[in-house]
Amino acid sequence: MQTETTTAPATTPGPGAARRRGPATAVLIAETRLFLREPGSLFWVFVFPSLLLVILGFVPAFRETQDDLGGRRVIDLYVPISILLAMITAGIQAMPPVLTAYRERGILRRMSTTPVRPSALLGAQILLHGAACLGSALLVTAVGRTAYGVALPGQLPGYLLALLLAVAAALSLGAMICAVTPTAKAATAVGSGAYLVMMFTAGVWLPVQVMPDILRRIVEITPFGAASQALEQAASGSWPGWIHLGIVALWTAGMGVAASRMFRWQ
Amino acid sequence: MAIIEVNEVRKTYAGRHVVDGVSFSVEEGEIFGILGPNGAGKTTTVECVEGLRIPDAGTVKVAGLDPVADHDRVTRLLGAQLQESELQAKLTVREALELYASFYPAPVDWRPLAARLGLDEKLTTRFAKLSGGQKQRLFIALALIGDPKVVVLDELTTGLDPRARRDTWKLIEEIRDGGVTVLLVTHFMEEAQRLCDRIAVIDRGKVVALDTPAGLIRQATGSTVISFVPSRALTGPDLTRLTALPGVASVTPPDREGTLTVHGTDETVTPFVALLAELGVTARQLRITETSLDEAFLDLTGQDA
Repeated sequence: MQTETTTAPATTPGPGAARRRGPATAVLIAETRLFLREPGSLFWVFVFPSLLLVILGFVPAFRETQDDLGGRRVIDLYVPISILLAMITAGIQAMPPVLTAYRERGILRRMSTTPVRPSALLGAQILLHGAACLGSALLVTAVGRTAYGVALPGQLPGYLLALLLAVAAALSLGAMICAVTPTAKAATAVGSGAYLVMMFTAGVWLPVQVMPDILRRIVEITPFGAASQALEQAASGSWPGWIHLGIVALWTAGMGVAASRMFRWQ
Repeated sequence: MAIIEVNEVRKTYAGRHVVDGVSFSVEEGEIFGILGPNGAGKTTTVECVEGLRIPDAGTVKVAGLDPVADHDRVTRLLGAQLQESELQAKLTVREALELYASFYPAPVDWRPLAARLGLDEKLTTRFAKLSGGQKQRLFIALALIGDPKVVVLDELTTGLDPRARRDTWKLIEEIRDGGVTVLLVTHFMEEAQRLCDRIAVIDRGKVVALDTPAGLIRQATGSTVISFVPSRALTGPDLTRLTALPGVASVTPPDREGTLTVHGTDETVTPFVALLAELGVTARQLRITETSLDEAFLDLTGQDA
């Protein structure tokens, strides 16, 4: 009997292949369009933190320098807090339902049957939410500066470092929520619970700096409590404490590893 | 040449043998059907072909490649439409086509493809706003966009109205006429009979029959169906003689209209006519037909109608 050797038909890229967009770019562009079609997420991530800052500034007492804040005003504290709020919203309110829905609806599976890995889709979403956080941070800073004369961060490199670490923490927390929840509904429920806790630790209701001593020490070991302290220190001109930066980095690494270990693709 | 070879594939979930030694091969250019009741292991089988699942035992080859180890190369040769999969709700048809085209080294032009599938007027419509038939046509387009050699269509017409289903069948025939091999998973007999060159009937994780639609019908016991209304009621001994005719599988007692049905073979017909003459019975409304694939299927899978 003659043996027939099966050879795979060669898939030579067409001449136009080089000129075409790479798949990763195409995924990013498509997901950016989709992101811009979510008015709810856009409002809560982009607009609301700045809006909150504007509203708080209406309270006259918040615009007066206070001795127990080292000569700073409450409104000064709320610039980094509003930025953290944007990150928490993007990372744990906006992103997890999107990613879990992609899994739940078989969008990741459908993509697994193409030459592109579905991780490209997750990567694009994480990147977009991170970019939204930074965009919102810029907006909050600009609004604080023009509306209430909030000084720009005194220690800019330290501030940016703290900012990037905090974004990474918010995104890795969001990714972990996706990994542990089976459905988009569950992700929303878990996200909402985590949202309240994280908002409290970030100092949205009561700035970490004015919390009672014992409460502050506890909050400082949470990712956003530590980030809040680091940002505030850099805002007022000193290099953020390494212990605070370290805590944020540790949480980010831990949650990131947990997320990638536990994530189920289907 | 076989483009898909499935050899003794097994897959067990929680102690249940979902796929229990399935083997078949699909020749280039044919429409090959996988037919079976719900939960028979059809989807799990094709998911092994698509490289979405790893068989516990056995081998799968697509154009000689392993769908898991050579996943990248197989995805370029094989387009898939998955059962119960969706796209991003707010992605438009055009964006979906452009996005998926960007995934392949040498995609087909999506414009004529969209026109052929009747999607050219829906290009700016978001996925969530498409009708069931339009979604399925979009998934066919996405399965074809990479210019594949094989497409796997899993329960493509489930949930479509009869009109949309017939339109989809035409599309599947056109795909094959375009030189693409089709692996079609279905639980509709009519669909399998109309489209498939060959069919593997899968039941409880095993291939219980593999043949052309006509061959499957011949395989079924009592594939020739004789129905008639006797001019007088047949007595017990008459019925015994009827049942004893060559090839008779079963005799169904008269229904409300008095119609008797005999399931037999081609060999039953002549002795049947002779017996009626001998008994002096005239057969009114006499019909001799082939059993439907439906009945053949129920017979092969041991299910009751």
